[in-house]
Amino acid sequence: MDQFVINLIFVGASFALYIGIAIWARAGSTSEFYAAGRGVHPITNGMATAADWMSAASFISMAGLIAFVGYDNSSFLMGWTGGYVLLALLLAPYLRKFGKFTVSEFIGDRFYSPTARLVAVIALLVASLTYVIGQMTGVGVAFGRFLEVDNTTGLLIGACVVFAYAVFGGMKGVTYTQVAQYVVLILAYTIPAIFISLQLTGNPIPGLGLFGEHQASGEPLLAKLDQIVTELGFREYTAHHGDTFNMVLFTLSLMIGTAGLPHVIMRFFTVPKVADARWSAGWALVFIALLYLTAPAVGAMARLNITELMWPEGTSGQAVSVEQIETDPAYDWMATWQQTGLLGWEDKNGDGRIQYYNDADADMQAKAEENGWAGNELTNFNRDILVLANPEIANLPGWVIGLVAAGGLAAALSTAAGLLLAISSAVSHDLIKGQFNPGISEKGELLSARIAMALAIAVATYLGLNPPGFAAQTVALAFGLAAASIFPALMMGIFTKVNNKGAVAGMLAGLVVTLIYIFLHKGWFFIPDTNSFTDADPLLGTIRSTSFGAVGAMINFAVAFTVSKMTDPIPTEIEELVESVRVPKGAAAAAADH
Amino acid sequence: MSDNANSNAYWKANLRLIIISLIIWALVSFGFGILLRPMLSGIAVGGTDLGFWFAQQGSILVFLALIFFYAWRMNKLDAEHGVGEE
Repeated sequence: MDQFVINLIFVGASFALYIGIAIWARAGSTSEFYAAGRGVHPITNGMATAADWMSAASFISMAGLIAFVGYDNSSFLMGWTGGYVLLALLLAPYLRKFGKFTVSEFIGDRFYSPTARLVAVIALLVASLTYVIGQMTGVGVAFGRFLEVDNTTGLLIGACVVFAYAVFGGMKGVTYTQVAQYVVLILAYTIPAIFISLQLTGNPIPGLGLFGEHQASGEPLLAKLDQIVTELGFREYTAHHGDTFNMVLFTLSLMIGTAGLPHVIMRFFTVPKVADARWSAGWALVFIALLYLTAPAVGAMARLNITELMWPEGTSGQAVSVEQIETDPAYDWMATWQQTGLLGWEDKNGDGRIQYYNDADADMQAKAEENGWAGNELTNFNRDILVLANPEIANLPGWVIGLVAAGGLAAALSTAAGLLLAISSAVSHDLIKGQFNPGISEKGELLSARIAMALAIAVATYLGLNPPGFAAQTVALAFGLAAASIFPALMMGIFTKVNNKGAVAGMLAGLVVTLIYIFLHKGWFFIPDTNSFTDADPLLGTIRSTSFGAVGAMINFAVAFTVSKMTDPIPTEIEELVESVRVPKGAAAAAADH
Repeated sequence: MSDNANSNAYWKANLRLIIISLIIWALVSFGFGILLRPMLSGIAVGGTDLGFWFAQQGSILVFLALIFFYAWRMNKLDAEHGVGEE
């Protein structure tokens, strides 16, 4: 059967499943729409959180980033999992006890200030919207590739699907849809990895195979990889090359960003009890870890496979010939991906072979001169195609390729839906009901939530069609903003007696300084060429704009404490609120009287 | 013990647990995974060193253990101090 037909069957069947679940679980009351009636089991909730969390960036992009950079990009692995420790210990149980629907509601009540709530809503909207734009771009690319349509058509189809289940299903539809998406996504990620790990190391668990023995050479896999890439002039895979301080800050920014992103925090409002909120974070990380423990193995093994395909006789022998790429079925994937424009090669010196090496390396330049090479001939290898192309590179059966197609789409769609829900509740619940029209009926609130969601999809689709040009940086911006604004406010709300003025000043300072630092490096409002600095040579020492979220968070804390010290202490009833949030007793009542 | 003193003791115990957990959290990721990696380079693990293993596998496994340990310990603490639900 044609691969295109197999892909269609897998993608079609998985979609039918998600939409079926969304229709079956259509939400009724407002409480159900936002928080699924608080009847979600911790394991179910953990799976849904995992699907929500693991976006196109985790599924499609991360292993590729690790594959081509090596150890230095471990920040993604530690950062995007370590945030769950902060969530579980510092936020989730207390926010569940507080018993309201949204993050900004907590900030508004705890800091007894509509201004605080408004600032929080703005921070949430900015972070969520930038994040969802990146996701919609991912939806477009993935749909385009697997349905073999152009990017625009792919994005429009994807937007309709997200709209259908997010708008009509609400959180409940999304929760159970996301459980299904998680299952599709994790199977799609791990099955090819298990096949490849078995091929290379004989170990069925990729995370163990990564530190196992490369069977063909009898050497440890990572030692073999280090050797083969350095022989081609690339940097040693397992060694640390970048700046240590920046790596620490970047990891920290991703961690606090994780614990400050509204669509993840909101999940913990949907469990029945405070104890369940603690377990939920653990279960979420179990399901996330299945992918994150596999990703570094996927990256390293794919890098080894690709390098060996380009040098079938070993790095000291002849490079692969153009004829072999065109005729050998093991190289079919190259032709497939060449059509997308994301993979390219060119026989520059006309010797009928494709030499893949680092032509910026001095030793390799000498070797190239000796052998008559005219530069690296694998001219384009987009990092984002690595995971999707991986099963084809390893020559796995057609159904595995179809499964990966369905998984990539599940990853992109589920996160987009979760973010859209966070946006819609911020607008209808916090902005309209909380600020402008407190007397709005339940029906009116539900309607405005759906209108907000439709508008957000329209905006995200439009910006996804005309992306600012850098999806990865947009995602980093979302993390930095959440880290600098929301996380510190939530933490101070629970653990300290910081007052209203302190919180507002802190959030504004963190948000604004982080935004300015990012704009200085990426261009004002992301308009190209309006930047004064670049990430290669940042304004402050070695701190890149993607790592600045952690600094923004520290500014937030410092400003909040200083301002709070200089102004009136919090009133008695807020002191009582803080005390009550700290103990689980009475959580059911807190939820009921809302 | 009065209600107030009881919830103070509960909160103190919770904070202690959080601080210990976060020290471990930072040690395995920022410590073993990044800053202390050069010091651990003598310990070989599958073709590389222990720091690399912590950065790509170990820290995630420790994070998992930490969250479940905290949940288990806190649920016990809730019961001991009579501040749990039900």
